[in-house]
Amino acid sequence: MRRLPTAVRSFLPFLVGIPIVYLLQRVFEAQGWDFVALLLVNIGVNVVLAVSLNVVNGFTGQFSLGHAGFMAVGAYTAARITLSYAHIPILGLPLEWSQQLVFATALVAGMITAAGAGFLVGMPSLRLRGDYLAIVTLGFGEIIRSIIENTKALGQATGLSGLPRLTTLTWVGAGVIATLLMARRLAVSTQGRALFAIREDEIAAEAMGVDTTGYKVRAFVISAAYAGLAGGLIVHVLQLATPRSFTFIRSIEVVVYVVLGGLGSITGSVVSATVLTLLLERLRDIQSFRMVGYALLLIILMLARPQGLFGTRELWDLPFFKRRARKAAEATPGVTP
Amino acid sequence: MTEFLQHLINGLSVGTIYALVALGYTMVYGVLKLINFAHGDVYMVGAFAGYYLAGTVTSEQATLGRASLITLASMLICGAVGYVIERFAYRPLRHRARLTALITAIGVSFLLEYGFQLDAIIKKPIEFPPGPSPRFFPVLLDLGDPFTFLDVTVPKFDVLAIAVAAALMVGLQLIVYRTRFGTAMRAVSFDSNVAGLMGIPVNRIISGTFVLGSMLAAAAGVINAGARHKIDPLFGLIPGLKAFVAAVLGGIGSVPGAMVGGLVLGLAEEFVVGYTASSYRDAIAFTILILVLLLKPQGILGRVTVEKV
Amino acid sequence: MRLTRTVALTALALIAASCQQKEAPAAPAAPAPAAPAASDKILLGHVASLTGEQATFGDSTDKGIKLAIAEANAKGGVKGKQIDLKTYDDQGKPEEAALAATRLIVQDKVAVILGEVASSRSLAIAPIAESNKVPEISSASTNPRVTKDGDKTRAYVFRVCFIDPFQGTVMAKFATENLKIKNVAILRDVGNDYSVGLADFFSKKFQELGGKIVSDQSYKAGDQDFKAQLTAIKGKKPEMIYVPGYYTDVALIGRQARELGIKVPLAGGDGWDSAKLYEIAQGALDGSFFSNHYSTENQAPVIQDFVKKYKDAYGSVPDALAALGYDAAKVAIDAIGRAKDLTGPSIRDAIEQTKDFPGVTGVITLDADHNAVKSAVVLGIEKNAQKYVTTVNP
Repeated sequence: MRRLPTAVRSFLPFLVGIPIVYLLQRVFEAQGWDFVALLLVNIGVNVVLAVSLNVVNGFTGQFSLGHAGFMAVGAYTAARITLSYAHIPILGLPLEWSQQLVFATALVAGMITAAGAGFLVGMPSLRLRGDYLAIVTLGFGEIIRSIIENTKALGQATGLSGLPRLTTLTWVGAGVIATLLMARRLAVSTQGRALFAIREDEIAAEAMGVDTTGYKVRAFVISAAYAGLAGGLIVHVLQLATPRSFTFIRSIEVVVYVVLGGLGSITGSVVSATVLTLLLERLRDIQSFRMVGYALLLIILMLARPQGLFGTRELWDLPFFKRRARKAAEATPGVTP
Repeated sequence: MTEFLQHLINGLSVGTIYALVALGYTMVYGVLKLINFAHGDVYMVGAFAGYYLAGTVTSEQATLGRASLITLASMLICGAVGYVIERFAYRPLRHRARLTALITAIGVSFLLEYGFQLDAIIKKPIEFPPGPSPRFFPVLLDLGDPFTFLDVTVPKFDVLAIAVAAALMVGLQLIVYRTRFGTAMRAVSFDSNVAGLMGIPVNRIISGTFVLGSMLAAAAGVINAGARHKIDPLFGLIPGLKAFVAAVLGGIGSVPGAMVGGLVLGLAEEFVVGYTASSYRDAIAFTILILVLLLKPQGILGRVTVEKV
Repeated sequence: MRLTRTVALTALALIAASCQQKEAPAAPAAPAPAAPAASDKILLGHVASLTGEQATFGDSTDKGIKLAIAEANAKGGVKGKQIDLKTYDDQGKPEEAALAATRLIVQDKVAVILGEVASSRSLAIAPIAESNKVPEISSASTNPRVTKDGDKTRAYVFRVCFIDPFQGTVMAKFATENLKIKNVAILRDVGNDYSVGLADFFSKKFQELGGKIVSDQSYKAGDQDFKAQLTAIKGKKPEMIYVPGYYTDVALIGRQARELGIKVPLAGGDGWDSAKLYEIAQGALDGSFFSNHYSTENQAPVIQDFVKKYKDAYGSVPDALAALGYDAAKVAIDAIGRAKDLTGPSIRDAIEQTKDFPGVTGVITLDADHNAVKSAVVLGIEKNAQKYVTTVNP
């Protein structure tokens, strides 16, 4: 099979994925499966959060516990934009189209501000060693929350309500695809290799000429941007942006997804985020034991399989896929397997 | 002037609690390089242990003797809790990545917090778990009206608390620097592998450290509950984090450092909240942490350690 | 650079995704309003915070609701069917409240959702109730925004309690007219929308009536030490301190205020109402006042009846939240009885028409904004127990 031109190949996941998710969304709507749809939206958001955190915690081996703070920055930015503009038809477009455009802009703006916050937090903190970074990032998350609670324009403790419900399965699907693509491409790129080197042995990497602080900050910024995306998505399905959604318990939940799945494994993060979100929903029936069950699960899993579900391996590292890749490489002339 | 002095007293009172909890934190971190997230919850368990013990002992006569007994008993209980946690949750992960141990610590923390929030399973002689509702911690020691001078009130209990904290700190210093156990602890904190080769029973030392740290946390819990009288399963979370900040501020791994760090943090919080923005209380602790780590990472009393390759 | 390309592609992809939307489903299009499962039982849903910081509120509310349902069932249920309750814990998180509400509506097919206590969580449930055409009755959310989306009243959201503008006014008037106080300090819970809202409304009204706010301090729920704020307040010499927070913190604030030698009364709102307040305060709050929904001393038969039944069932005196939960459930059941059928819109219409309903917390009439028009009572604390002082009518 001839390989498609690079430009098309880059877009392929979106061109294939989005229509599928859109179809799924329409089916759910027709059947009235709102609960499943909402659950999938939550899973999608958690996957975005987990994979984006994996870039920092997994690829780079740094210890960030402030993910919810970046989520909040992205969420509130997006919320402010949609609150101001979503009901105004822009550029003479019909309202539905205009809303989507505003939403897209809001999400991207959220990502940019979250990235900025990531830069501000990362620059000073990434000079610090492991565990200290954890507490510092947690602290930053709390500081961001304190600021929100004290700012009238952000609704203070009550938050911003009445947000339009713009997040749909399609949007979440697009977000998930974007995040997965980002992570995957980062992992196989030169920059990714630098991050892995930093994870394995920072001093050796520095000795090899890798600008460790620079790369760490970059990873932090990217991770924060996608956390902002998740934040923007979740508040537009909740139709409410409140500081209570972004406590450090939330950050810890995301860290759990990443560690459970396996630090450095994108597949792992996807699987564990999905499984845990579903599990928590299942455990709802056992009500008050829910959180206790979650905690026990954590401890037992860490004791039984500390490297997480996937370790650092990915789905395509499985022998089945490796054989197919090998065969494809053999078939293509001029490429050594 | 009165206000300033009152703030000073308040700050020292708050700082004492942070200092006590920080002592445990700093010891455990010094030996294991682990941020024991569950430490704040052991503090909470200590307070509840004191609550249950005080309940069954029926507090007609609130005497010093009885109060000390309750404190000691709850320290022992928490020592046991600390031992169990270390033995079953942390020891198996000692050779694994730091992040894994931290996750387990978070798991233990959640377990304690949410476990205590369950509805009572055992009803007699005590209601356990206590459930989410806050409880009133009985007055274990009625020392009478506070000292007042210049319209500044100094609760007598706070004076006692500082005295006890100081005594514990001195005791801990003695243990660390004057006993064999302490020397072994310091050896393990330098390099646990080599310490093991030197014949030190590393596992036992680490367990001992945990037990000691948990006992201190329990003492802090009982003292705090004795002053503030309100306990609930979630009240150890934030103090735990702030105690870690205090430990870092004072110099992680240093016992007097934890004391100093705790008091400084308490005072800082008090003055900033009292004179300026009271809505940013928790943010203050973290801001201090960030500043310390950026400007003087070894803390006030810590030593600069060079990381060798 | 590969990184920039990835980012650029992502941005483009997002825009591409937006173009894929042929129409914007602003809400999942419900083909028909969800009708409760046609079985022999009518299901009511309750979203509550059963774990987390305000677990006691959720627990009290749940008990009140269960009592109301048991009573109704003993009388034969409603429309010939027995009533059942499904309660989900939202752990105090708005996202969980949304999930719980969705599950109740879509999977369990409840007729009415009762909840929540906290305004932020009621706000999370409101849009779901609206889009699925299932009525939501909040027992105790006092923030005006729960029933109003901007300027429009939400069609499917109701509440059986008064709202914060009224409550803030009650205390402001009481302080000015009854206590003749001119200088007040405020100590609010900055992380709690209820506290912030109430503090703001009180402050506004108090100043309108000629009073002065000498100090405005904040704390965070769960704080153990308030002496910094109290010392600052003491320096400004107020005649009263308004603490519109939850009882968990208020009791401690009272104690510490007394320890610092602050002798002036404290005042607050319905967040004070709990037996635990007195257990922890131990007399420190004597001489203080708070506004509430009802008073257990009120000899009206409907109240005494309720108090007795609650005590028999649960062994404790009901707090305002339990009473409000009871009333919310009763209003729901009454409306279901009056509705022409069991579909969401019909029940909604019936709820909207609730007029002069004899609730424990007062005679409930729902106004145009779906809020209950009721009087508030001011309770004082003497000898570490509550004592009825006066009633303030809207």
